Amino acid sequence: MKDLDSIIEQVEQRFGEAVEASDRPFGDAVLTVGRTRVRDVLSHLKEQGFDLLLDIGGVDGLHLGRRERFELVYNLYALESDLRLRVKVFVPESDMTVPTVSDLWMSANWAEREAYDMFGFVFAGHPNLVRILCHREFVGHALRKDYPIMKGQWATGTSDLRPDLERE
Amino acid sequence: MGVKGIPVTKHETGLITTRLDEVIRWGRKNSLWPLPFGTACCAIEFMGAVSSVFDISRFGAELVRFSPRQSDLLLVAGTINYKLGPVLKRIYDQMCEPRYVISMGACACSGGFYDNYATIQGIDQIIPVDVFIPGCPPRPDAVLDAVVKLQEMIDKEPQRRPRQPERERERPR
Repeated sequence: MKDLDSIIEQVEQRFGEAVEASDRPFGDAVLTVGRTRVRDVLSHLKEQGFDLLLDIGGVDGLHLGRRERFELVYNLYALESDLRLRVKVFVPESDMTVPTVSDLWMSANWAEREAYDMFGFVFAGHPNLVRILCHREFVGHALRKDYPIMKGQWATGTSDLRPDLERE
Repeated sequence: MGVKGIPVTKHETGLITTRLDEVIRWGRKNSLWPLPFGTACCAIEFMGAVSSVFDISRFGAELVRFSPRQSDLLLVAGTINYKLGPVLKRIYDQMCEPRYVISMGACACSGGFYDNYATIQGIDQIIPVDVFIPGCPPRPDAVLDAVVKLQEMIDKEPQRRPRQPERERERPR
């Protein structure tokens, strides 16, 4: 069983400058990775025993003044060694494309759809990148800080749920 | 003499006569078959209202049907979001006249505390509602109260007349 420090060290050695930062806020290990190499890093971490992708979170730092507006946070868990690791990626507003990891972890399929639905991240290579929570007529992305949070949008059909019921 | 609430005339032959409207009205109000459209915790309270302690069958509304074709009372219990709106509308449209709607709980009545992009701020924006029940969630007593209120309403309404003539006649039969 490996410990977290040696895994992080290994990642830093192997990926060099792609690992932008590594720290432990509140005791949780966080790796910040460059957008182009995130898939390689995650693939490597999966081989190191992180067999569970718990969730993919999005952050809209519109008012946070960070170097890019958006962040993606992958929460990993290793069942056997009971280790947790977060991988963070900064995503610029101008190009929100991130490579998909839905082929590495099945759970990434819906998690990426949710991140697309709520924030507008585009996961290149995702097999079915459509909205998962909001209805398909929804315009915009609800969890972005510049979306008026109380603005509802009417749905006119049930095509999300039963495509066969909608004849158009 | 006679059934409570219905004017009857007793004849010497043993027959009783009354008005057809009155009999239909009496039957309607005492045999509401609810369709629970339960999406949240209000549905659990409705289960409490149906089961033995509160016993909604004392008011004739215990025959819960999960088909809009077989029910006359749509009981919307829970949060309705925009994605579910067309589904609720379709269920309502599939019900036969006469049909009644009870909006149960804060969420169905007004969106409750979900004042956000996902939640419809009151189902009366989609379908007509006869009785609103406040509460989060309402106690089963409140459900019984709503059923009684609805029965009083049915008692007063003119019979053998579609409740929404303008809408119903537009649709080809």
